[in-house]
Amino acid sequence: MSDEPASTAAVADANAHAPHEGHEHPPDLAHHFETHEQQFDTGKMGIWVFLVTEVMFFGGLFCIYAVYRSNHPEIFQYAEQYLDKRLGMLNTLVLILSSLTAAWAVRCAQLEQRRGLIFNLSITLACAFIFLGIKSIEYSHKWPVYREVSHALTEANKTGSKTIFVHLGHVNDKPHEASGHESSEGGGGGEHATAETRTEISIQEGRNMNWFFSIYFCLTGLHAIHVIGGIIFFSWLLVRSHLGHFHRNYFGPVDYVALYWHVVDMIWVYLFLLLYLIKPEKYLGT
Amino acid sequence: MSDTDDHAQADDAHHDHGLAHVLSWPLLLGVWAALTVLTFLTVWASYVEWGGALDIVIGMGIATIKAVLVALFFMHLKYDKMLYSVVFATSLLFLALFLSMVVLDSKQYQPDIEKWEKDMFAAPETPGRQ
Repeated sequence: MSDEPASTAAVADANAHAPHEGHEHPPDLAHHFETHEQQFDTGKMGIWVFLVTEVMFFGGLFCIYAVYRSNHPEIFQYAEQYLDKRLGMLNTLVLILSSLTAAWAVRCAQLEQRRGLIFNLSITLACAFIFLGIKSIEYSHKWPVYREVSHALTEANKTGSKTIFVHLGHVNDKPHEASGHESSEGGGGGEHATAETRTEISIQEGRNMNWFFSIYFCLTGLHAIHVIGGIIFFSWLLVRSHLGHFHRNYFGPVDYVALYWHVVDMIWVYLFLLLYLIKPEKYLGT
Repeated sequence: MSDTDDHAQADDAHHDHGLAHVLSWPLLLGVWAALTVLTFLTVWASYVEWGGALDIVIGMGIATIKAVLVALFFMHLKYDKMLYSVVFATSLLFLALFLSMVVLDSKQYQPDIEKWEKDMFAAPETPGRQ
């Protein structure tokens, strides 16, 4: 047997199976499996089916994007104005690195390179945290604008006003530049917007911004929740690696979590493209 | 730590590498390098005016190459049973069906929605709006 600490489950297992047709199995092979290979293949099928559900889950949100993009392309002018491609690209590179280390962690688990496994899992975790950090910087600028627009629209509904006033200064994550908002709005404020000044925009524009931000926060928010899930799973793997649970015949959990993580990474690649990179259609007049 | 039971050794059909194919580290690094280059490429491409719908075609094309690289190599699909690839490809097929049907449907009803919105808000077009 390996030099793993004998858990009470292992002892109970051994006791439970000792008089039982002489069929012993190690604690990391579940009773309903004949071999480690069967256990691994079964788990692998399970995670792939789960990933199918994840694709459909995000598919619903990509559907929202597709419907709005095809019917209201003018909404996505804010993507170019308000989203910083450089931060998005940085996040993409961070996640791609984390995919490398996740795949490498699986390799280390298979080859029983415990230090390499722990190192790669740690880097993957660190990348996940960096991703969330950059995301929270972006959110901190945009969320107040979103709320302000929403409230202003509600008020304008009551008062019948045709315009609303919002603080736009830092919405595009560039602290010392104007939001670039005035370049697209025909009749809006002419001065450079700072954090303190308010820009006047029409109701329709406010509604467009509201739609854009709703789509942006829904899509990237759901993705961020999945990153948080990944953090929880990788932390669990890190603990188990320290305890020496994984070896060449039992590394399924590392493989399965890595598969999940690759899907999360790929979804981000598409989000990055569709939200940050696709230019608004300039040939459409409104 | 070594193999812990006879069952695993006896049924271990993949003689040289345990339960599954092990990715070589040059391959891992190579795929990562390709993904990084493609990321820079797609950001560069986003600054170029390709014209019309070509923007999204080029962008989606690069993103899909990245996704295929990750799926085939990082996610082992190239080395695993074809069943996993079939399962995954089926999900993408249904996703494509889902999106295309919904977009077609929504475009069908768009004129009705716009008419309703016009009547509902009954606001004259804001002066100066392009």
